[in-house]
Amino acid sequence: MRRRKKDRAAAVPAVTTVVVICLYIADSAPNSVRAIANLEAICNEHLKGNFRLEIIDVLESPQRALADGIVVTPSLAKLSPLPAARVVGNLSDRASVLRALGIRKPVGESVQ
Amino acid sequence: MNSRKKPIRQPLPKIATGIEGFDALSHGGLPRNRISLLKGGPGSGKTVFALQSLVNAVRRREPGIFVAFEESTKQIIANAGSFDWGLPAIARNKLFFMDAHLSPEVVQSGEFDLSGMLAMLKAKKEEIGARWIVFDGIDVLLTLLQNPMSEMREIYRIRDWLAANDVNAAIITAKIDGDGSAMLNYGFLQFMVDCVVRFERRLEYGVALHRIQITKYRGSDFAAGEYPVSFGPAGMEVDAPEPAEIKQIASGERVSAGFERLDTMLGGGLFRGSSTLITGVPGTSKTTLAGKFVEAACRRGERTLFVSFDESADRIARNLTSVGIHLKTHLKNGLLRMYSGRTETVGAEDHLVKLKALIREHRPRCMVIDPLSAITKTGGIVAARAVANRFIFLAKDEKITVMVTAINEGDEPETEATDLQISTIADTWIHLSYLIRSGERNRALTIIKSRGTWHSNQVRELVLSDAGPMLADVYTAGGEVLMGTLRWEKENEEKAKTGQRRAEFDQKRGALELAEADTRARIKALEQDLERQRAELELYSSDNQAHIVSSSDRDKELRRIRSADPATRPSRASGRSGAKVRATSGSGKSAAKSRAEGRRAP
Repeated sequence: MRRRKKDRAAAVPAVTTVVVICLYIADSAPNSVRAIANLEAICNEHLKGNFRLEIIDVLESPQRALADGIVVTPSLAKLSPLPAARVVGNLSDRASVLRALGIRKPVGESVQ
Repeated sequence: MNSRKKPIRQPLPKIATGIEGFDALSHGGLPRNRISLLKGGPGSGKTVFALQSLVNAVRRREPGIFVAFEESTKQIIANAGSFDWGLPAIARNKLFFMDAHLSPEVVQSGEFDLSGMLAMLKAKKEEIGARWIVFDGIDVLLTLLQNPMSEMREIYRIRDWLAANDVNAAIITAKIDGDGSAMLNYGFLQFMVDCVVRFERRLEYGVALHRIQITKYRGSDFAAGEYPVSFGPAGMEVDAPEPAEIKQIASGERVSAGFERLDTMLGGGLFRGSSTLITGVPGTSKTTLAGKFVEAACRRGERTLFVSFDESADRIARNLTSVGIHLKTHLKNGLLRMYSGRTETVGAEDHLVKLKALIREHRPRCMVIDPLSAITKTGGIVAARAVANRFIFLAKDEKITVMVTAINEGDEPETEATDLQISTIADTWIHLSYLIRSGERNRALTIIKSRGTWHSNQVRELVLSDAGPMLADVYTAGGEVLMGTLRWEKENEEKAKTGQRRAEFDQKRGALELAEADTRARIKALEQDLERQRAELELYSSDNQAHIVSSSDRDKELRRIRSADPATRPSRASGRSGAKVRATSGSGKSAAKSRAEGRRAP
């Protein structure tokens, strides 16, 4: 995880502030479904295409999730830009998600 | 196999945790294929119990998974470093630690669930073939769930997962403290599981005491009491009660209690595997007696353990040298192991753990604890009593002949020695006291009881010298055993009397010897006479007749040559010789002989 985080940070120029995020879900578990919807809404509204999202189904690739140190689902990991951050839950609390993603400053929008 | 849906079988299949005391309490261990809940406050030993069970399972080639919600894997492995489990090596392949500890930096936004985690666990379980699983500190996770409905849902999710994924045993630990209100939220947790074990750590007289109690075991009976838990190098030890039925084999073999006179008082010594209690106020030489017992055991070549408290082993060995008890050589060749414990720091239960470890390590046949009463110093009398009892039983189970000493403060053994309440379970009870009389303080030894054997009922004086402890000869006067100077005087008096009797005896003997020698001399003289007379008689035996005849022939020849006197002279000559014999010998026998000769002569 750490290695990939560094690679992407190097690959993506800091100025563009492309946010690289990873969402770990458990198939169609209610919280996971809700998390996908919530995250998509946040990204569309606040990142406007400046993001790369990977959705990993833990039921399909448990070893990957283990390696990434995931504990519960849904879990969101912000890999880039640094600092890395983690959010757990169905992402219904938008303010805390934005804070964790560090969105407010780089995008320059106020949080609703 | 979905065992949950099967009707309860009798007896309930169980799986051993390898923690012997617990397996005894639960009559076999945790319920097989089911969930057990370990609850208790922080530091009460839940995690150690869970981890130790897992390590034991791994040693039986049953791999396991440890899901840590509260601490990081690193912390857990580091914490277990004080136990000799070799955890890092085990953790490499047969034991998987899942770090389910959510760091404080993790932001929570809305609800989450464990479906993802359980999917990961399933994958890992299949990968390593895990048969055991531990969810450690589930309360931490449940707190994050924030609402009781979610908590319940996730608990049921775990239960269903466990039911679907066949495991030998599942352990959930939760920080639930006593009867606090927080417990209400976990009611369903306790209801859902098949076995609940409560852990507790409490302070008594400033010493931490750990306790374990099985509060629920569906479909099985169990020992329901609260039992002591202690932690040693091998991990947690649960002091399960001894089996209700005592099945110790009584040995008829006797071993020396230390020295001959004491053995005689005990009717031949102590029974092998028996326990002896020596009580006495300070300075009554309890240690000396114990030391003598140890020395005697070592001389028999038996492995021996000498446990003392608050005094270094080296000092004890040195002090014992002054009374002729030499332990150094036995220490050097490893026959004797001395251990000195400090009582200020640890409670009685920890001492018991240490003693057990020492017994396992040294495998003694004889053992001394001097003084056992030292364990009451820290942690309260109740625990100390239990430990003293347990120790005596442990020694009996191990067939160790044990001698323990206990200090009592008063002079009445009947009331004082019951402080530890071991006087009733000890087989032999020797009491040492001071008897103050005639301005002296003398050590007295009494055997209060000795089960299954005759024993002396006399109060004896115990004398210490550089040749070792000794029981003085018994001198009684006016119904009392004399001690100290009084005894010495009596001894001297006895010695004087004996001397006089001996002198008289010697005199009489001398006189008789003299008379005997006289008689012998006379017999000798007579025998000499007899010899001489026999020799003389020989001269007159039949062989010499020829000579006599031949000489008479010669006379005849002479007469013939001379042609002279008739032959009358020889008879006259013989008469003369007979008279001559009578004159020289003067004895009756000789006279008779000469008479016989006279008759023969013509």
